[in-house]
Amino acid sequence: MSITLSEKDNGYIQGFAGFKKNAPGSELGWLKSIREQAITKFSELGFPTLQDEDWRFTNVTPIARSSFEILQNGHNKVSSADLSPFQFENTEVTELVFINGRYSEDLSTHSKLPDGVIVKNLAEAIDSEQEILKDNLAKYADFKEEAFTALNTAFMEDGGFVYIPKATIVETPIHLLYISTDGDNPSITNPRNLIIAEDNSEANIVEHYASLADNIYLSNVVTEMVVGENSSIGHYLIELESKKAFNISTLRAQQARSSNIKSHSVLLGGSLVRNNVHPVLAGEGCDSLINGLYMTTHRQHIDNYMKVEHASPHCDSRQLYNGVLDGRSRGVFHGRIIVHEDAQKTDAKQTNRNLLLSDNAQIDTKPQLEIYADDVKCTHGATIGQIDENALFYLRSRGISEEASKDIIMHAFTNETLESMSVDSVKNYCYNLVANWFNQRKEDQQA
Amino acid sequence: MLEIKNLHVNVEDQEILKGLNLTVNAGEVHSIMGPNGSGKSTLAQVLAGRDSYEVTEGEIVFEGKDLLELSPEDRACEGIFMAFQYPVEIPGVANTYLLREALNSIRRYRGEEPLKHIEFAKFAKEKMKVMDMGDNLLKRAVNEGFSGGEKKKNEIFQMQILEPKLSILDETDSGLDIDALKVVADGVNALRSPERAFVVITHYQRLLDYIVPDFVHVLVDGKIVKSGGKELAFELEDKGYGWIEEEKTAANS
Repeated sequence: MSITLSEKDNGYIQGFAGFKKNAPGSELGWLKSIREQAITKFSELGFPTLQDEDWRFTNVTPIARSSFEILQNGHNKVSSADLSPFQFENTEVTELVFINGRYSEDLSTHSKLPDGVIVKNLAEAIDSEQEILKDNLAKYADFKEEAFTALNTAFMEDGGFVYIPKATIVETPIHLLYISTDGDNPSITNPRNLIIAEDNSEANIVEHYASLADNIYLSNVVTEMVVGENSSIGHYLIELESKKAFNISTLRAQQARSSNIKSHSVLLGGSLVRNNVHPVLAGEGCDSLINGLYMTTHRQHIDNYMKVEHASPHCDSRQLYNGVLDGRSRGVFHGRIIVHEDAQKTDAKQTNRNLLLSDNAQIDTKPQLEIYADDVKCTHGATIGQIDENALFYLRSRGISEEASKDIIMHAFTNETLESMSVDSVKNYCYNLVANWFNQRKEDQQA
Repeated sequence: MLEIKNLHVNVEDQEILKGLNLTVNAGEVHSIMGPNGSGKSTLAQVLAGRDSYEVTEGEIVFEGKDLLELSPEDRACEGIFMAFQYPVEIPGVANTYLLREALNSIRRYRGEEPLKHIEFAKFAKEKMKVMDMGDNLLKRAVNEGFSGGEKKKNEIFQMQILEPKLSILDETDSGLDIDALKVVADGVNALRSPERAFVVITHYQRLLDYIVPDFVHVLVDGKIVKSGGKELAFELEDKGYGWIEEEKTAANS
């Protein structure tokens, strides 16, 4: 029996009643309680509106008005060859593949991992890794205040579970690949990822959302990443949803003392996309690098919402987000930095640059600093512009054609946010995505 | 090689060059001097093809071709190079990448095979010796975070790589200390040959101690008002530009 969710006729609550009976771990009291609380919160909160300060620039009415089906049969029709456009070259990889939100063992790849490392799907981990889940799941991502997180928490059933034990270094990237396929009706998935890195560990995790069809669906993602002392974790989000899809994702990272995270997002797909990145630098001496690249065209809308929370002294955060906007598309960068009272010697820097390739594209960029400590360094800067005429003339005066010069300048702009990626295979994959984006643009212009 | 006849140029509807004539032959070094605002940099920009400069009258012929018909990139491919007074910073583009792209673009224009990475690296290394530049300057983004001297050296280094027929140096010496000035001058002198020509635009006679010109022209109010040999530069250094302007006024009355 399929479950349909919509705002009409209390559809989300109705749907939940059907969903909870067969959901993974439905028999577990603690999990049941979290889901029940979350659906209650969601029905209280409702979808955000433009009156909500955090959603001023992004109208989610198209999502609120839709009805979405939770697809039951996830694994049909997809072969491993279908996945190759979304895989990294020249690397060993541990790859969990999810089709329409559900794990596919057949399509997944397991390579050898160091002792004690666990990479499995959440539905299975609910059975086998109960203690870790109980201590961490839904402890960080705030389902009491954030509607989409509440929705995800109520309906979570599968996703990636990654556990890195103490003093363990995972060399190969861990790839969580989410593929949507054609469906008769608009559908919803609520991928839920939990990443636990114990003290002194290192790993790189890639979340990847893509589609094999042009249909309407909502990927409503929540990822919790708990980073132990002195650990170093890279997180990549690659978003290539279908042209008509909605993608709402939240990365909530909790950082212990002297830990460092590098978060990279590359947002290219989807019609309506919102990416929340919310690290809490909870221990002393943490480092957060939060980089993003968004490229929009036609009528796409991509919203980047940062909430960088400095909760302890001597932490550094660096945000660099570059946007390329074409067509009638719209981008949003909302960069919030919160420095708590105790977080002295905070050093936070935020930069957002935007390159407008069309007169009809639009960007709203909004820095927001909330500083409650008195000995801190916080800087922010935003630029919006077209291709720099001086740089263009300089390159042309050296013999490089106008078109090639523009390409060089645009690539330099996009590469700025990609070059700090430490996993080469993923970096090269992203370089190719960007090159394809520019090629597609040229084809569109010639057509 | 280069013939400029009766050149009139407007910038934002104001006439800056008012009938400039200049002939440069292969093998010659011409120096253009003049007070601020006389139109020296405008001349350089127009030769390089900056489109915000509007040519209202006159012509520029370079090696038999109408230069004003050519795009900036085609002018470069034909063998014109301008060392910018204010070199542009281009974040994210490595210096060496720009140079390889530029050189190969010019080579393709001439029907030559582009250089492979290794060939280019070897060639660039040779040229670097002349310029007293560290390897890291090649790897860094174009002019980004360079000191004033490094930027100017980088311009001359680019000139070394591209080996143009006609080089226009737009106040390359301004703001340089004597050591950097010598490096710049060495870079220019290393390229001097019977096939090449230079137009050296400068404010100060000092550079001409190191790059000895065949001709010195004085540009005042959009026109060349006096031309002579290198001794004219010394005269200007001694007496300033006042006496030329007086001569001009006397001649006009």
